[in-house]
Amino acid sequence: MREVAVVGVGHTRFGKWERRTAVELFSEAAQQAMEGAGVEGREVEALFVGSALGDFGEGQAMIQAQCRAELGLGLIPCTRFEGACASSTVAVRDAWMWVASGAYDLVLVGGTERVLPMGTPLATRTFAMAMHSTYEVPAGLTFPGVFALVARLYSRIYGLPLERLREQMAQVSIQNHRHGARNPLAQFYGKYENLKVEEVLSSRMVCDPLTLLDCCPFTDGAAALLLCAGEKARKYTDTPVYILGTGQGAGGPMALFEEELVKPPSRVSSARMAFRQARLEPKDIQVLELHDCFTIAEIVALEAMGFFPEGKAGEAVEEGQTEIGGRIPTNMSGGLIGKGHPIGATGASQVCMIVQQLRGEAPRGNQVDPVPEVGMVDTMGGAYGTLCHLILGRRG
Amino acid sequence: MRLYSADYEEALKKGKLLGERCLDCGTLTCPPLAVCRRCGSRRLEAAELSGRGELMTFTVIRVPPEGMEGPYVVCLVRTEEGPWVMGRLEAEGEAGQELLGRRVRLSGFHAWSDKYSAGERVTPVFRLEGEK
Ligand SMILES: [Zn+2]
Repeated sequence: MREVAVVGVGHTRFGKWERRTAVELFSEAAQQAMEGAGVEGREVEALFVGSALGDFGEGQAMIQAQCRAELGLGLIPCTRFEGACASSTVAVRDAWMWVASGAYDLVLVGGTERVLPMGTPLATRTFAMAMHSTYEVPAGLTFPGVFALVARLYSRIYGLPLERLREQMAQVSIQNHRHGARNPLAQFYGKYENLKVEEVLSSRMVCDPLTLLDCCPFTDGAAALLLCAGEKARKYTDTPVYILGTGQGAGGPMALFEEELVKPPSRVSSARMAFRQARLEPKDIQVLELHDCFTIAEIVALEAMGFFPEGKAGEAVEEGQTEIGGRIPTNMSGGLIGKGHPIGATGASQVCMIVQQLRGEAPRGNQVDPVPEVGMVDTMGGAYGTLCHLILGRRG
Repeated sequence: MRLYSADYEEALKKGKLLGERCLDCGTLTCPPLAVCRRCGSRRLEAAELSGRGELMTFTVIRVPPEGMEGPYVVCLVRTEEGPWVMGRLEAEGEAGQELLGRRVRLSGFHAWSDKYSAGERVTPVFRLEGEK
């Protein structure tokens, strides 16, 4: 397998986009990536697009062909990836595989989504579609509901009183909102820089024990990357970022996880696959973007990936271990909670944010110093249904 | 022979929790899958579960999806026979963390459909032991 490098990144502002379609949002991110790398449309050999709910958000299926035409790319192979919230992380992983295999030298990959046009009731209905349509959705399970169930179970299994756990979760919200407030691309840029525990705990209850500030928002946006064969990367950029390892895993109905809902095996195995391939361990990772769709999800993810012992990640967050200067700076972009969560675009956005960190280009206050050598992306679709991990580094 | 989701839903309407017993390892799978959830065997037979179990976790959904009315309680129950099952919980009064670990029993079913559900879907409803 060949080395693969990211040679260009593009990212729209995340938030509400009334005068842009998902195709247009994707084209803006893609053109940014192409301009940065000096790549012409005709050079791109294949297109990989993450889109989870376009069928409902805009009535747009098969978005990949429309993206190709919008960008004036050649009559190249174009593929859509759907893995709920992990759609575009899986797209990046497959794009990596095609370049690593030698099939293509230069590919365009990313994701795009408009969630806000759906409004809360339909968005809630469609987000739930990633759960089991017969055994889970009819019970009225929602996406926040998944992690509300997990939070209560986590409290019981680790003997951590729910009130204590909720304070730890609030700390995740405070931290990620603070990072988002400093990120001009984030939905909550300039907002919520100094939330207090009490404000998180007393915001509107969505499904207990999760309040509105424990949840990521609904978001429109897009992100894109150019992947290139490692040996040709310097032709396009002086600051290539290499993909050192990837992993992917899958789940099913929540009930089948049983107690492991608090340490999902699909995430454990996917992360291990990526660490093994990169020949690295959690201690080698210097910056991390993980799937904080809800505050408790960040705590579960930190433990499942091996950064902290079981039942202890919340305490670590309170101690500042996930901040700059701590053990593992996490979601310095704001994460899903502070930056926003345009489902199909989220994974590609996480990769862009790690590339930004490894190039030393993150916003002031969020940039890890010294500039990190190795970063990691963790994305989760549905109720641990699709897991995907990527490890990136400044040296191949 | 395996069961299908339609068998599971029809049984719920008759007040029964129906699953599959593996003829190779004895494990119960409920709701039904094409293979035993433990060993992957396709040698399965229908088995009725008692409908009793332990409340493992729950949440009160206050922001429901389009087509549903909140608030309502979604729960995961560990059945006496082993499998975890998702359903609705009918609880009297405020539902707090102290409910975890309480004994529950199958008390009925919830039928629902919308334009995406491919017809009527049926979900088990549980009640705390000691409540009517
Ligand atoms: Zn078996």
